[in-house]
Amino acid sequence: MTPSGGFPVAAREAVADSQLRANLRGATHAIRDKRAAAVAEVADWQELREAGRLIKERAMRHLDRHLEALEAAVVAAGGQVHWAGDAAAANRIVGDLVAATGSTEVVKVKSLATDEIGLNEALAARGIDALETDLAELINQLAGDTSSHILVPAIHRNRAEIRELFLRELPDPGELDETPGALAEAARRYLRERFLRAEVAVSGANFGVAETGTVGVVESEGNGRMCTTLPRTLITVMGIEKVLPRLTDLEVMLQLLPRSATAERMNPYTSLWTGVTPGDGPQEFHLVLLDAGRTNALRDEVGRQALHCIRCSACLNVCPVYERTGGHAYGSVYPGPIGAILTPQLADLDQGATLPWASSLCGACYEVCPVKIDIPTVLVHLRGKVIRREAGGGGAEDAAERLSMKAAAAAFATPRRYRLAQRVVLPVLRLLTGVPGLARIVPGPLAAWTSVRELPEPPRETFSDWWRGRS
Amino acid sequence: MRVGLFITCLGDSLFPETGRATVEVLERLGHTVVFPAGQTCCGQMHANSGYEGEALPLVRGFVERFGGEDLDAIVAPSGSCVAMVRHHYPRLAAEAGDAALAADVGALAPRVFELCEFLADELGATDIGAYYPHRVVYHPSCHGLRMLGLGEAPLRLLRGVGGIELRELEEAESCCGFGGTFAVKNVDVSAAMLADKVRAVLDSGAEVCTATDSSCLMHIGGALRRGRTGVRTVHIAEILAAEEAR
Repeated sequence: MTPSGGFPVAAREAVADSQLRANLRGATHAIRDKRAAAVAEVADWQELREAGRLIKERAMRHLDRHLEALEAAVVAAGGQVHWAGDAAAANRIVGDLVAATGSTEVVKVKSLATDEIGLNEALAARGIDALETDLAELINQLAGDTSSHILVPAIHRNRAEIRELFLRELPDPGELDETPGALAEAARRYLRERFLRAEVAVSGANFGVAETGTVGVVESEGNGRMCTTLPRTLITVMGIEKVLPRLTDLEVMLQLLPRSATAERMNPYTSLWTGVTPGDGPQEFHLVLLDAGRTNALRDEVGRQALHCIRCSACLNVCPVYERTGGHAYGSVYPGPIGAILTPQLADLDQGATLPWASSLCGACYEVCPVKIDIPTVLVHLRGKVIRREAGGGGAEDAAERLSMKAAAAAFATPRRYRLAQRVVLPVLRLLTGVPGLARIVPGPLAAWTSVRELPEPPRETFSDWWRGRS
Repeated sequence: MRVGLFITCLGDSLFPETGRATVEVLERLGHTVVFPAGQTCCGQMHANSGYEGEALPLVRGFVERFGGEDLDAIVAPSGSCVAMVRHHYPRLAAEAGDAALAADVGALAPRVFELCEFLADELGATDIGAYYPHRVVYHPSCHGLRMLGLGEAPLRLLRGVGGIELRELEEAESCCGFGGTFAVKNVDVSAAMLADKVRAVLDSGAEVCTATDSSCLMHIGGALRRGRTGVRTVHIAEILAAEEAR
């Protein structure tokens, strides 16, 4: 994929979908405003952000030690730990664990890590039915759709669409109107039966505490609590970057996350568990530690801060690009600004090669990030990586861009060449602006620019000329 | 003060009236304006587009031209280009492993200011004798807003302008969709962002949309002209330079 393929093409379709635009605008603006109010309540918010950044930085600096400590603590508390180098290994491990229980169905807590590795599809291939129990994830699963937001996976849908879906897909939807209460109740009745009979649950993890072996999931609906307490076996897939050194680190993270994510002062459900407790909750606990590109991302000194992400999705909600395109255009489980820096680093750089350009570098994402990930700087850094890698490759458009960038650099290199370039370029621009419609038929950037905007008319003299004449 | 004018390549080539206005404002306040010869481009387009290797000689060029003069401050009528020098030059010099360049950048960058922050924050001026009897709406450009933390500085200056009628801009802090090559590489998203910005400008009832950056104004203005809206874009330096006709 070249920098001029991928995202721009997918984004064009999304931007043209007026219903999608309206759904997204309403939803992102509502969450955006609520977040701002929730954050404004905290006097030391900036200090909290800095604390969050430092905790993640420290966790990453000694990731190897923290992971081994986490493993030891989980095992000491009666759990089992499995190491998965890539998606295939993780899927195989989880599949084997479920198969060993003899169960053919699992209930799932909303989990980005399992979406990232395509766990549901891998389990289905082995005859295991994985049911999503988060309401929005259930909506997507019933619709055969994928997530378009980290936290609000069905943000691209409105209530009317969801009512139609439930009437079509749920076994016994009953009388159903468009109110959130009625829609939630229909899903609740459907899920309740599955919770009660499930033998195995699969979750992700928001945090894994190295010091104690405590693993945690935060959620709003209580479905996660059902999954992590009712079934006999609990399998948690956790990205290795989710480790926190100390239990007290949760004090900072559990303040930063809910206000940034759902604009709540605390999470409705914060489930923490440490290994297994005889006679209480799951009697078998497996922690699958997932690398899948994370160690590789850690090698990049600028890019590695993407691993600090706590999946709050505040950056999506404030992003002017995400607001217009929605999540599907990013072609990844991780959309929005954080996805634009995470996807190219976790997956192959080629796979997400256009994503670092899916930003105007306005910086709204960095401003709200609870752990201060400098997303614009990482975007620019990744652009450089893609360009250097594609040097000599890519399509005609990329070659043309490379050529013009090099020509511009050469023109700017000396004052003499710069003046010469002005004498060549400005008359051309004068010609283009003088003949209406001319620029629009010149292929490339000129046609793109003039598709919605006029070109500036060049002045009679440059500032430098004026200055010389003045003195 | 001896103030070095950092004109920017865009300002020099396409918007000389903004540079002239910057000179007028600074001289009206009694400062000596120096225009270091041979300045070209700060390298932002290259650095932001992934061509750091091509940007580095431009960083060196900037440091040579401005470091060679005896200046108290360096001022540009562009938040974006100033943000490039203050925020990205240190990183580029460090990544290039050039300690001498990093030291030069470290000495120079803190003295580089966007025009409004120089006037309002450094000099503490709010009324600089401007007169501009028009309905004006101010768009806070992203890099000035978030990378330089300009805050209210441009608005404080605008409020001090005689005859001006300042209008509110809905969702003022939303990006206009320019973003350098973003405007052409992701033209559909850029156009959607621009359309919302233009609607907000028109809803404000202003005759003039102003900002600290010619690049954003070129983008917004290009759409205002395409739509034959009759609303103009004028750089804030030109509003601050405007005086009552005598």
